[in-house]
Amino acid sequence: MAEAVSALNGASYQGFATVREIGPLGMISLRAKPDVPGLSNAVQAAVGLALPDQRRIVQNGARAVGWMSPDEYLIVLPYPEVAAALTAIGAALKGQHHLAVDVSDARAVFRIEGAKAGQVLQKLSPADLAKLEPGELRRTRAAQVAAAFWAQGDGYTLVCFRSVATYVMGLLTHSAMPGSELA
Amino acid sequence: MSTRLSKGGRLIDRSTSQEFTFNGKRLQGFKGDTLAAALLANDQMLVGRSFKYHRPRGVVGSGVEEPNALVNLGKGGRFEPNQRATTTELFNGLEATSQNHWPSLEFDVGVVNNYAARFLPAGFYYKTFIQPRAAWKHFFEPIIRQSAGLGKAPKDRDADRYEQAYAYCDLLVVGGGIAGLQAALVAGRAGLRVILLEQTAHWGGRAPVDGDVIDGKPAQAFVEAAVAELAGMDHVTLKVRTMGAGVYDHGYVLADERVADHTPGDGRPKHRLWRIRAGKILTATGAIERPLSFAGNDIPGVMLAGAVRDFVVNWAVSPGDRTVIVTNNDDAYRTAIALKEAGLEVPAIIDARATVSGDLPAKARAMGIRIEAGRAVAKVKGGKRVTGVAICLQAGEGAVLDEIACDAVAMSGGWSPVVHLFSHCGGKLIWDNAQAHFRPDAARPPLNHDGAAMVYAAGIANGAMTAAAVLADADAQARVAVAALGGTAAEAPVPQAATVTEQPMDAVWIMPQGATHALKSKMWLDYQNDVKVSDVQLAAREGYESVEHTKRYTTLGMATDQGKLSNINGLAVLAGSLNADIPQVGTTTFRPPYTPVTLGALAGESRGEIFQPLRKTPMHGWHEAKGAYLEPVGLWRRPYCFPRTGETHEQAVHREVLNTRSALGLLDASTLGKIIVKGPDAGKFLDMLYTGVMSTLPIGKCRYGLMCNEQGFLSDDGVVARIDEDTWLCHTTSGGADRIHAWMEDWLQCEWWDWQVYAANVTEQYAQVAVVGPNARKLLEKLGGMDVSKEALPFMAWADGTLGGFPCRVYRISFSGELSYEIAVPASVGLAFWEKLHEAGAEFGAMPYGTEALHVMRAEKGFIMIGDETDGTIIPQDLNLGWAISKKKADYLGKRGQERTYLASPDRWKLAGFETLDGSVVPDGAYIPAPGVNGNNQRNTQGRVTSTYFSPTLKRGIAMGLIKGGLDRKGEVVEFTTLSGTGTIKARVVDPVFYDKDGERVNG
Repeated sequence: MAEAVSALNGASYQGFATVREIGPLGMISLRAKPDVPGLSNAVQAAVGLALPDQRRIVQNGARAVGWMSPDEYLIVLPYPEVAAALTAIGAALKGQHHLAVDVSDARAVFRIEGAKAGQVLQKLSPADLAKLEPGELRRTRAAQVAAAFWAQGDGYTLVCFRSVATYVMGLLTHSAMPGSELA
Repeated sequence: MSTRLSKGGRLIDRSTSQEFTFNGKRLQGFKGDTLAAALLANDQMLVGRSFKYHRPRGVVGSGVEEPNALVNLGKGGRFEPNQRATTTELFNGLEATSQNHWPSLEFDVGVVNNYAARFLPAGFYYKTFIQPRAAWKHFFEPIIRQSAGLGKAPKDRDADRYEQAYAYCDLLVVGGGIAGLQAALVAGRAGLRVILLEQTAHWGGRAPVDGDVIDGKPAQAFVEAAVAELAGMDHVTLKVRTMGAGVYDHGYVLADERVADHTPGDGRPKHRLWRIRAGKILTATGAIERPLSFAGNDIPGVMLAGAVRDFVVNWAVSPGDRTVIVTNNDDAYRTAIALKEAGLEVPAIIDARATVSGDLPAKARAMGIRIEAGRAVAKVKGGKRVTGVAICLQAGEGAVLDEIACDAVAMSGGWSPVVHLFSHCGGKLIWDNAQAHFRPDAARPPLNHDGAAMVYAAGIANGAMTAAAVLADADAQARVAVAALGGTAAEAPVPQAATVTEQPMDAVWIMPQGATHALKSKMWLDYQNDVKVSDVQLAAREGYESVEHTKRYTTLGMATDQGKLSNINGLAVLAGSLNADIPQVGTTTFRPPYTPVTLGALAGESRGEIFQPLRKTPMHGWHEAKGAYLEPVGLWRRPYCFPRTGETHEQAVHREVLNTRSALGLLDASTLGKIIVKGPDAGKFLDMLYTGVMSTLPIGKCRYGLMCNEQGFLSDDGVVARIDEDTWLCHTTSGGADRIHAWMEDWLQCEWWDWQVYAANVTEQYAQVAVVGPNARKLLEKLGGMDVSKEALPFMAWADGTLGGFPCRVYRISFSGELSYEIAVPASVGLAFWEKLHEAGAEFGAMPYGTEALHVMRAEKGFIMIGDETDGTIIPQDLNLGWAISKKKADYLGKRGQERTYLASPDRWKLAGFETLDGSVVPDGAYIPAPGVNGNNQRNTQGRVTSTYFSPTLKRGIAMGLIKGGLDRKGEVVEFTTLSGTGTIKARVVDPVFYDKDGERVNG
């Protein structure tokens, strides 16, 4: 099979912050009520991580589990591991009402890095970044499209839909242009 | 003449001169100048013409209140009309031109309106252009439009970029004068997150100009210390050049930051619109001085007293050697003193008050300035600039007692608190009789979601008129705000300003109070729109009692300055004419923005490539590279056709249709909505959502389904595939995926919350390609990897497998009537798969086709299209789709709606096919008229076309449409309207399946 290509094939921009499109990342959308028996085992089996609290993301290197809604989790993992993780989730939740689906290719992922990375997001997202807590996953918007981001390393990881990757790259580029620092 | 003083100017840097041009004339100013200061320093007193009478106009104010000094700024992509010279910071190379004159500023033909002024009274337009009615559209309006507007609209694309940013704080302080600074200090020291905005480039407001002394030191020392302390607080954000534009519900505030207005072309965004969510808002927005209404108060050289002081102290600009002061209050004496101290002459202070006491007049007297108490200006002398004033008794009718030669007049009618931001969200005002102004009523503030005060006013914006009172009030209001925010303000003494005893002002609305009509016809209220005292009085006589009506009738306060100088004076004159109290008449409504915000800032980043999100499939770049002509489908851009060199779009579409029908067509169908529905109750759920039965669909099979809304109207359609025991995949229309997913969630979350169903929108997870045509199977067999034979994969079945090494899911479904496979592969390999199909399909005649060929082919087969055959008023039964509606089911969404008598009526228009007798194409949107007319005298109709194309396959025009009686009228010839409106097109009612009626081609 041909090699998996991310939406923008790794486009990047160097402004007062660095913007990089990364991926493809493995992503699984897991719908299940938090009290479903076997849920934590399923997530543990998929990525070896505990279930996140409300509005939080649990991270360990390339693997993460984020709380998306009262019955939805986002599992992030290396792209080649998705099929095995889906199998593991299916086994752990066998007989329980749930939905686990591969959304790796439905997403685009960006890294915004540098000391002023937050200012790039501050221009696009009505989120109070100063109050973003460690390990918080923020579902919000980037200008006109849905997005989610969390702090990671020396910046932020932002997820949006694949079809609007060009638009989001344009937004991030515009917002990171030198001379437009907010402070 | 106005000129630059040799010394002073607290805001200018004399070591850095800056060149600029005004109407092409090369002039020089200093760094730190405003354009207005630099113009006055160059003796350019005449800066524009008024809107209606083209009267000469000079600078009257020194800040945002300026109604006159509006200029066209810049050129080309940086051209901006109506820029206030008083707030435009000078920069090297600035180019400004004056507005609203022809052929030149000095000699303006339009000034004839001035001499015709008595023929242009209030309500002139309403009175003059009402009859004959037809003349409005063809004669009056074009002429008025020609002369309307002060500046010119920019013609070029804006060369600058703009952006927006979001900010949060506990307390937002608007206004960086001493009140705002003190309030920010209180809140900042309490540890609250504070944002402090100042619209100018400088902190401190008027206090340093007015010579206020705080804690024994000049106000500037307090300002600098405060700014330094605030700058040292991490949780405090200071912003200059940022205007608080509007206050909205829930502490939402818009503010416009002029990032690079003064440094054009330096690569920074020109403006940044801040979208601030504040816990509480404190407006320390200061006050605006009121003009006095005396005859000739609009002649260039007549300025606000405070503005004259600003020009002298801030920019070392003299308005003229001799300045007469006209006042009703003590504050204007500060201007006299400042002028004197700058070495200029003040021939007289005309004070309307009968007696004059107070500290400041005493000081003026001591400086030897002549004070004329109980006097008024009868008339200002001069044309394009002031040459003198005639003096009379304020109590009288204007008989001239004396004449004084002068170069400028500094007037002060008192100060009006800037209550705009307090008022935007419903804050109420009270009339302060002593100060003759409206000020915020702290008992009736704008309220937040919790019913508590959302906005506090502080300082002079709250009616505290002396520096000592301002600081005390700001401190007190900030403490109230901090407490309301749950904070604790530290104990700290309030900075003490030196007390100056001021005598109360007199309310003076007309000068002299008994002025004749002739004088009142020269007393300007609104300088920009040319509204005079006589106009407001005329409006009152004609029955305009409401201030809102008077505003619109006279255009008072409707100019770009929104009446910052004219409103209070105007409503006071109206109240006087109506014999009513001023608070009874009330104010007009304060609406955002406080001063104009350029459209670029409101648009922010939304322009050019990122004007709106354009959705792209993985193959989008390929389409663009191949020269596809794109059309919008929702936010997607899909190839309409792939024209080859020399081909029209129509020719391309015909080629694509014929090639697909005869060989092999490839369609990027990735935009098709794909929603996975899973759970023990998923079958039950889909049976409710679709009109047909999905729960009985065997695993591995596909079924076409219709979705209706509760009213019964057709909403979406698509093919559903049963994946496993409790999983279905629902295809939606390209534009419908998000909407239908939200629709599903709505029902699952709000109505059937106890049903065990999950839905996931996986539209973008897959690239989907329709491989269509007699050679479709050959191509897939060549790629290899799975059995795609008629037997293994029959029509309306699906299978997982691989093709050419790509993991895929193949659906045997057809929207064209041809042998067709829709193949979904992961989006990340979508482009590679698409290219592989083209490469391998070349020998079978593979060509890409676009949405128009898709539309033509589905119409040839009589397949309906959501959005063409449906428009939100169509039920499936109208489209002869009764076969897709289950008769057995107890219920589905829309069932009850469809049983309503109107929707069940046999008289409804129903789908039919149409073949024109002459083979031509029925125009889009054509109607089938019926005899007679309706109640609106419009032709009756009995049907309309919904889809109409030239069929390249059948080489004739084909159409689908709705007609009363539907297919019962098969064989009948009906007439369609034409675009030109003359003649008709005859067409025969036929079965809408035009091609391959027996459906044999679908198996190849």
